[in-house]
Amino acid sequence: MLGQEKALKLLHDAVEYSGANQTQATLRIGESSLTRFANSIIHQNVFEKDVSIAIKAVMGRKVGYASTNRMDEQSIRDLVDKAVMYAKYSQENRDFVSLAAPKPVKHIETCDARTASYSPEDRASAVGDMIEEGARFDASASGTFSTGYEESAVVSSLGVSAYDAVSLGRITTVMTAGNGHGYADQMSEKVSDLEPLVVAAEAASRSERSRDPEWIEPGEYTVILLPYAVAEFMEFLAYLGLGALAYQEGRSFMSGKLGSRITGENITIWDDGLDMSGLPKAFDPEGVPKQRVDLIVNGVANAVVYDSYTAHKEGKESTGHATGGTGTFGPMPTNLLMKPGDCSIEELITNTDKGVLVTRFHYVNVIHPTQTIVTGMTRDGTFLIEGGRITKPVKNLRFTDSILERFSNVEAISRETMRKDIGVFPAIKAHGFRFTGTTEF
Amino acid sequence: MKELTDRALDKVRSMGATYGDIRVVKHIGESIEVKNGMVEGLTSKANEGFGIRVIADDAWGFASSFNLDMEEIDSVAERAVRIARASAHVKGEPVDLSPVDPAEGSFGFDVEKDPFEVPVEEKISLLVDASKTMMQTPEVRIAESFMNSWRTETVFASTEGSYIEQTKTECGGGIYATAVSEGDVQKRSYPASEGDTAIAGYEYVEAMDLPGNADRIAKEAAQLLTAPQCPNDVRSLILEGSMLALQVHESCGHPIELDRVFGTEAAYAGTSFLTTDKQENFRYGSDMVNIVADATVPGGLGSFFFDDEGVPAQRTEVVKDGIFCDYLSSRETAPKIGESSSGSMRAEGWNRIPLIRMTNINLEPDDWTLDEIISDTENGIYAETVGSWSIDDKRLNFQFATEVSYDVKNGSIGQMYKNTIYTGITYEFWAGCDAIASADEWHLWGVTNCGKGEPVQTMHVGHGVVPARFREVRIGVIGDSESEAE
Repeated sequence: MLGQEKALKLLHDAVEYSGANQTQATLRIGESSLTRFANSIIHQNVFEKDVSIAIKAVMGRKVGYASTNRMDEQSIRDLVDKAVMYAKYSQENRDFVSLAAPKPVKHIETCDARTASYSPEDRASAVGDMIEEGARFDASASGTFSTGYEESAVVSSLGVSAYDAVSLGRITTVMTAGNGHGYADQMSEKVSDLEPLVVAAEAASRSERSRDPEWIEPGEYTVILLPYAVAEFMEFLAYLGLGALAYQEGRSFMSGKLGSRITGENITIWDDGLDMSGLPKAFDPEGVPKQRVDLIVNGVANAVVYDSYTAHKEGKESTGHATGGTGTFGPMPTNLLMKPGDCSIEELITNTDKGVLVTRFHYVNVIHPTQTIVTGMTRDGTFLIEGGRITKPVKNLRFTDSILERFSNVEAISRETMRKDIGVFPAIKAHGFRFTGTTEF
Repeated sequence: MKELTDRALDKVRSMGATYGDIRVVKHIGESIEVKNGMVEGLTSKANEGFGIRVIADDAWGFASSFNLDMEEIDSVAERAVRIARASAHVKGEPVDLSPVDPAEGSFGFDVEKDPFEVPVEEKISLLVDASKTMMQTPEVRIAESFMNSWRTETVFASTEGSYIEQTKTECGGGIYATAVSEGDVQKRSYPASEGDTAIAGYEYVEAMDLPGNADRIAKEAAQLLTAPQCPNDVRSLILEGSMLALQVHESCGHPIELDRVFGTEAAYAGTSFLTTDKQENFRYGSDMVNIVADATVPGGLGSFFFDDEGVPAQRTEVVKDGIFCDYLSSRETAPKIGESSSGSMRAEGWNRIPLIRMTNINLEPDDWTLDEIISDTENGIYAETVGSWSIDDKRLNFQFATEVSYDVKNGSIGQMYKNTIYTGITYEFWAGCDAIASADEWHLWGVTNCGKGEPVQTMHVGHGVVPARFREVRIGVIGDSESEAE
């Protein structure tokens, strides 16, 4: 690893060299490894070591941005010169006020040395175990086992100076038993937390139960969405409108709705970058410490997240949700949490007279942004529930539905939650879910 | 550079690898984003590094680094072999690569106006002009214009004796007008939903005439706010070129990737309904549907001289007279169906392995004009520009939305509609194709956001298409009674 001292010195030197009115330098450096398997063999196995150094140069209200993966002194000076030149060539942005002001950043332990240096032999061994576990169910195994780390640092001419390192291990698998498919995954900053055999058994047993799926009529159903599926909905909700840029431009479902009810009372969603149950991060790419933001409280739209650009436009302070680069994408939540309920996933099923259990979605895309209408397919474990129990697997279904409408119809929420890329989520049971098509498998 | 690649190949040989290749890639990019008349993003990106791919103990390994010094070459080569040996703990049949003649040489595409030599102020001026024109329409809340330029220099060398240098320059851009009213957001794009890009210079963006199309696009976005919802019905559907490019991409381009067919993308992107038993006997579309994969078309984002396994660029018939013929393949997958590689292996960069990727997947033209197709249609919809896209993991059930559509009644274009969705099953949809426009209306669209693989790789691909008509298409969302046709 490069380490805090070297990372910050490299960026301080770059900022000091710059002749811009304001300069921000960021660095990301890391190693990542991924062992990929399919048809119960390892077919791809890769390692990557890369770095990105970026300079944002400000001349008045004009901003230039340049990045490189060369770390030598001359390359970094050339990079600064390029960003400054771009700032000079650019045009005034009347909405730009300033780079982010410095704030104290809380240190959190997010890098596990063993995860950062986990070996290909260890990953192959775990994958072998998963494949064997799948074979117990007569299932063929596909998936990934990835490990790695990333160090990130931000320094600016306004006094920002922040560094942290984050490790991540992740297992995903699809097991295939005949014409049945089952999915499961786990992720953690500590590879020792991962349970390859548990993940394999969950997916394999799901694939076994998915054999010979039957066709059902599309239409409105009560659904139980496992946390994998809820996470996908939350990712789209975040993209569609939990950031201030979308809100300010009127393309967010939150635009003009703050203080109004937008979901059922039992839905509370917040973002907390420091919550260790998710994938925490101490600060954003502007070096601003992560703040907790209560986004939807008991069904009422409460707030959106900000970076420095959108915050300055409203005379507010950034909440630490910049997404990096030039910032044109706007701020986004990164560690969302949905308030869990008080029943088990098993109880969600036993309390359902008729419904569909959805493991996860595939290829979700937006139909209408402010109405939060999205479409996609079910995948890797879709089941019919009748009389409080799973009676049969069903062929995959297309849905076209409004996320917020469905979050207005949530009847129950599980107490079990699952850590996903964008946060921590329970399973939910909601009525009126609109399945609009079917496929052949 | 040869010294560096020789060092890597010697190292992997000395460690017992039975095959090895190295790609050294240098990539530069420039992006200009203008929003509401102001430059929001002016970005330069430079990135270089190398990746070494090996077979050792009959299994694959790959390692890569940004650090191009000789010691790092040795270290990464050793790591690649070590990873391959780890893979061998859980391996299948020995890897059998289809033969390829070693090639040597330097290859590049000429462009008229090098986009990196055009003054930044000139490019900004064009984009600001387009953005400000769109802003003159009051309903347009967000008026965006953008331009991207990339140059990629790749050196490929293998233990089989290839040493190939390739250079390409890509350039593209587009405009978006987003109109907002109480409770509604509508967007129009030009020339396509993600712009258009080609292996070309700045002349390609100039030819788009972004400022000249800005007013029309802005006004259409505003009109959509008050346009009625597209009614639900089963009707004829006429697709404009960029929308049909997406249709080809999702429902033909991806299912013919032979790695998907063999299940190696099962856990992520999915597999394919075009299983090998369907080769040369499955009716994919109507008799007039002919689709080719062609990496030799000038200007296409899927064009090259050699793929990232050193296999020469080729043209392959994918669908002939409606019958599915052949796949996109690699040196590893092609022998499994008794063929040689179709030359389709490409990697996003130095830090990714090559995967089977679309080249230019093109719908062959027929002899209609778009006007003739419209005047020949009694009851249909004419739809333009990709709105959204979704398709199942075997590429059968798709549902696509367009930015705008128009009623077609008795051979004439009529009412504008918003929120247009159509859905179907791939081979049923293509079986309904009964009119394809002529080569006069052919355009090779550049798609820059094709995702596949883990870690995910975003690839640039091309689709040469013409407008076409499809019969008996389900338009609208089933069960959406509010917009059901009378």
